[in-house]
Amino acid sequence: MNLKIDFSVLLRDDYPKWIIDGVVTMLQLTAYSWLLAMAIGIVLAVIRMSNNRWAEYAVAGYVEYHQNVPMLVQIFIWYFAVPTLFPEPVQQWFNAQRSDFLFAAIAVGLCMAAYVSEDLRSGIRAIPRAQMEAARALGLSYLKACRIVIIPQALRIAIPPLVNHTVLLFKNTSLAMAIGVAELTYATREIESQSFRTVEAYLLATTVYLGISLLIMACGAVLETKFRIKGR
Amino acid sequence: MNDILSILRDNWTLLLIGQYPNGPLGGLAITLILSAVGLALAFPVSVLLAVARVSPIWILRIPATVIVYVIRGVPLIMFIFWVYFFVPLLIGRTVSGFTTMLVTLVIYQAAYLAEVIRAGIEGLPKGQFEASRALGMSYMQTMAKIVLPQALYNMLPAMVSQFVSTIKETSLGYVISVNELTFAANQINTTLLTKPFPVFFILALIYFVLCFTLTRFARALEKRIAAKRAGASQVQVRSPSPSLTAEAA
Repeated sequence: MNLKIDFSVLLRDDYPKWIIDGVVTMLQLTAYSWLLAMAIGIVLAVIRMSNNRWAEYAVAGYVEYHQNVPMLVQIFIWYFAVPTLFPEPVQQWFNAQRSDFLFAAIAVGLCMAAYVSEDLRSGIRAIPRAQMEAARALGLSYLKACRIVIIPQALRIAIPPLVNHTVLLFKNTSLAMAIGVAELTYATREIESQSFRTVEAYLLATTVYLGISLLIMACGAVLETKFRIKGR
Repeated sequence: MNDILSILRDNWTLLLIGQYPNGPLGGLAITLILSAVGLALAFPVSVLLAVARVSPIWILRIPATVIVYVIRGVPLIMFIFWVYFFVPLLIGRTVSGFTTMLVTLVIYQAAYLAEVIRAGIEGLPKGQFEASRALGMSYMQTMAKIVLPQALYNMLPAMVSQFVSTIKETSLGYVISVNELTFAANQINTTLLTKPFPVFFILALIYFVLCFTLTRFARALEKRIAAKRAGASQVQVRSPSPSLTAEAA
């Protein structure tokens, strides 16, 4: 067992390029799927508040599916199964693109949207009903009451769970390696199998993941204190 | 639909128990065994971690906090590879994919479960602790006899949810070829070649039915415990107050 740790081996050959490309791909995947998760999550939360029973069931179904099926299986479905439902030319078009990256971003984004919508929903539910009644009694319209009274408070309450789920989303992008997306975990495995420098390769990747996770948590803590609702 | 039924008819034993009894046990059986044993082994570790996390002694509290943060900040897949490479080096012989996955799950789940239990400990009214100290119990006695039993009971629903997470996490055994459910479905997919959609639909459906049932069970349990807590602590309130149920949810 060779426990002499020597990070300079990671500077040989194409390794630095692989690592940098891996980190960039990982961050892109995180950014795209985060935006998708937020956008869809907000839409789902709004639909769920609409008081239409069938719309509520549909959103509940969406949320339950994405929360009760493993992320990896969802990625497989998007990458292996969904394209086969399209006609041949569309499939070929997918193959010509970076379809692995595209489907990984969609899978991670749609799954995390379910968590985001639940965070927002519990944020909205935490606002006492009387606030809405008071706002309406002061003459605000329903939409205006939502916009200037309910939503700003609900968002502040939802910050801690949203930050947790952002960390989760970030960590889940590592699963994209299973369909061949060349993100950091994938690059690490490649380097490990070529150089046999297991400790160095995995220490580096683990440190990068941990660093970014802690950074997200720290930003979340700052946001939380900055936007704390007085008296809560 | 026909595809789904015929795939199920031809492969249900592979999905359920793998090649057993002609080969190693696999499929859903391994998924369930891995999650149950993994969580059961993680439980004592997580109680120790949680007690250390709330301990007044910094030499216990700080390392435990660091461990929890490090484990929660790194993807599970990284731990799988660490265990995959280093357990054989440490014990000097190769280990099976099953053992690798089990060790990983114990490490990972212990950190998450520790946070669940810590929340349970911190959620108890301070008076419980003070009263038992006033009665002359030591810190350890208070923890063992007063705080932990109540905290763990209140945290039962969260632990069922943790079981659901563990079931979902076992699917990552696929990347190191552990013979679990996702791996079995991929095997079927490679043999059939042209029917990925029905195969992965079946796979998702099995996970969904299993995890959804457990999630529902956790929610029912949560309501029951919240009602019980409301009844015990607030004599005057007839129905559980909204603030209490919101807190539990």
